[in-house]
Amino acid sequence: MLSFIIRRLLLVIPMALLVVTVTWTLVRLAPGSFYSGEKTLPPAIEANIKKKYGLDKHWLEQYGLMMLNIIRLDFGDSLKYPDRNVNQIIRDHFPYSATVGILAYLLALALGLTAGIVAALKQNSAFDYGSMTFAMLGLSVPNFVLGPILVSVFSLTLYMFPPARFGGFMSLVLPVITLSAIYMAYIARLTRAGMLEVMRSDYIRTARAKGLSEKTVLLKHGLRGGIIPVVSFTGPALASLLAGTVVVEKVFAIPGLGNIFIQSVLNRDEPLILGIVAFLSILIMLFNLAVDISYGFLDPRIRYE
Amino acid sequence: MSETNGTILSVNNLKTYFQTEDGVVKAVDGITFELKKGETLGIVGESGSGKSVTNLSVMRLIPEPPGKIVDGDIIFNGIDVRKLSIDEVRKIRGKRMAMIFQDPMTSLNPFLKISTQLMEVTQLHLGHSKQQAYEHAIKMLQTVGIPDAKSRLDGYPHEFSGGMRQRVMIAMALSCDPELLIADEPTTALDVTIQAQILELIKDLKTRMGTSVILITHDLGVVAGMTEKIIVMYAGKVFEQAPTKELFATPANPYTKGLLKSVPDPAHEEGTELYQIPGLPPDVAHLPPGCPFAERCERAEEICRVDYPPFVQINENHWSLCHFAKEVYAESQAHHVK
Repeated sequence: MLSFIIRRLLLVIPMALLVVTVTWTLVRLAPGSFYSGEKTLPPAIEANIKKKYGLDKHWLEQYGLMMLNIIRLDFGDSLKYPDRNVNQIIRDHFPYSATVGILAYLLALALGLTAGIVAALKQNSAFDYGSMTFAMLGLSVPNFVLGPILVSVFSLTLYMFPPARFGGFMSLVLPVITLSAIYMAYIARLTRAGMLEVMRSDYIRTARAKGLSEKTVLLKHGLRGGIIPVVSFTGPALASLLAGTVVVEKVFAIPGLGNIFIQSVLNRDEPLILGIVAFLSILIMLFNLAVDISYGFLDPRIRYE
Repeated sequence: MSETNGTILSVNNLKTYFQTEDGVVKAVDGITFELKKGETLGIVGESGSGKSVTNLSVMRLIPEPPGKIVDGDIIFNGIDVRKLSIDEVRKIRGKRMAMIFQDPMTSLNPFLKISTQLMEVTQLHLGHSKQQAYEHAIKMLQTVGIPDAKSRLDGYPHEFSGGMRQRVMIAMALSCDPELLIADEPTTALDVTIQAQILELIKDLKTRMGTSVILITHDLGVVAGMTEKIIVMYAGKVFEQAPTKELFATPANPYTKGLLKSVPDPAHEEGTELYQIPGLPPDVAHLPPGCPFAERCERAEEICRVDYPPFVQINENHWSLCHFAKEVYAESQAHHVK
């Protein structure tokens, strides 16, 4: 188990470098550059800028220098905000995304699992149809629709929550709900499907034949097998929740990482793009590793060597 | 215990139907049988004949919906099982009547230790403490012949072979010393040498513990040496019912004869084809008006396709569902005397 974890952790390094390389290539292949605007610059000025940022060097040398910085986990200075370096920007903005993301994740997990389990237990009941209709809605309504609807109802009409600005618990309620809706819906549907399948299996019949109560059958014998599909979903889900979503951050004016990320692409702010990409890819790989490890705890048939 | 005259289970005109998109499937349609204390009853039939549904009905394990016991009595030790609430049924299940299933690979919970799965039965029904349940579990594993029981108890099902898992299933079923054990094709998923061991084990435990057994199988070879009497089921009906010896010697139903003829015989002449009953079991959702076996029966006549056959009593314990039961019986007798 330990050697498995160490091997997987070591694998994170080349994977992250590969992701960065691909990103760098794509950024470089795209036409234009961070300094190009509507007006074409005089050649002398352009040459000066290139020189300042080392763009006059051979591309291989530039790539090498970039990689060297990444390996040292120093992503350099932002081109757009020269007074802040990339590490600092990530450090400043990630906590906002993470707070909203983790809360949304916990909410999605709590409500999604409960709804899914109850729906499966009472298959074809009013609750089942109700919660699954709700889940379908959650999956279909995009968050740029849900967010403004919540704001106009609960902030602008009922005055229950602040419409925007980050600060205090109350300001978190609406963005967290908006962000978690789709994940909650997805988890509810996965849980329901997983539970239904498990509850039909032979070993559940055996458990019933032993005279166990339906509650014991469900929680002790059914749950573990039923939520395995959910576990595989939650790893990547948590990663993308933490990365922040542009829409929710825009709608609720949260100074999170998602917004910065999109801005960096629009600005062709190469160091910032690469820094955020490297950071997020490492995050995603770590969560996937966590999911793989938790499989081993859920299912004794899975062993890592 | 109430007055039951040594009868442990009596099933009377049991009907279990399933509601499907295709119509009502009469999986079990008017089954009657009786099991005496210490007796072993074999229920034989092809897939879909209603053997398993009969016994799941007895345990009240029919998933509802789509299934439903629509009629009949199930009297277990004087208790009318159909009238019990589900909580009362749970007090009987696993304690006084237990069941082992066809596929030991899927019937044990792959996520839980063997110890957990064994211990929960006695903790629930016998009020065992953890320690007592643990010791009892070891004892049960030893009883069913699992070597090194103590260390195996901490294992998971996937660490056991098929035969060993079925032994664990048996240990689990017998944990509370039930009065009735229902074995639903306990050896079908196992290879032949293991089959013999498991059957021997069931036979041995049955005599030692005085359990009554219902053995469901599609293999006549399995029931021959194990049972006192046999029910042959076809399309949800009892086609023939007789003491084991008599059924094998003088069957009174063409279907039973067909089944007996299709058992491979070591003395079988090489090169000649093994007999098989022509055709397939009927769709129980759309049964024809006459005898459900008529289409496949070698001696079917016009009446078989038109009129539903009578349940003919051949002698005290021998019944057959056939228009020509007496004739078939006479033929068997003539053949047997030769």
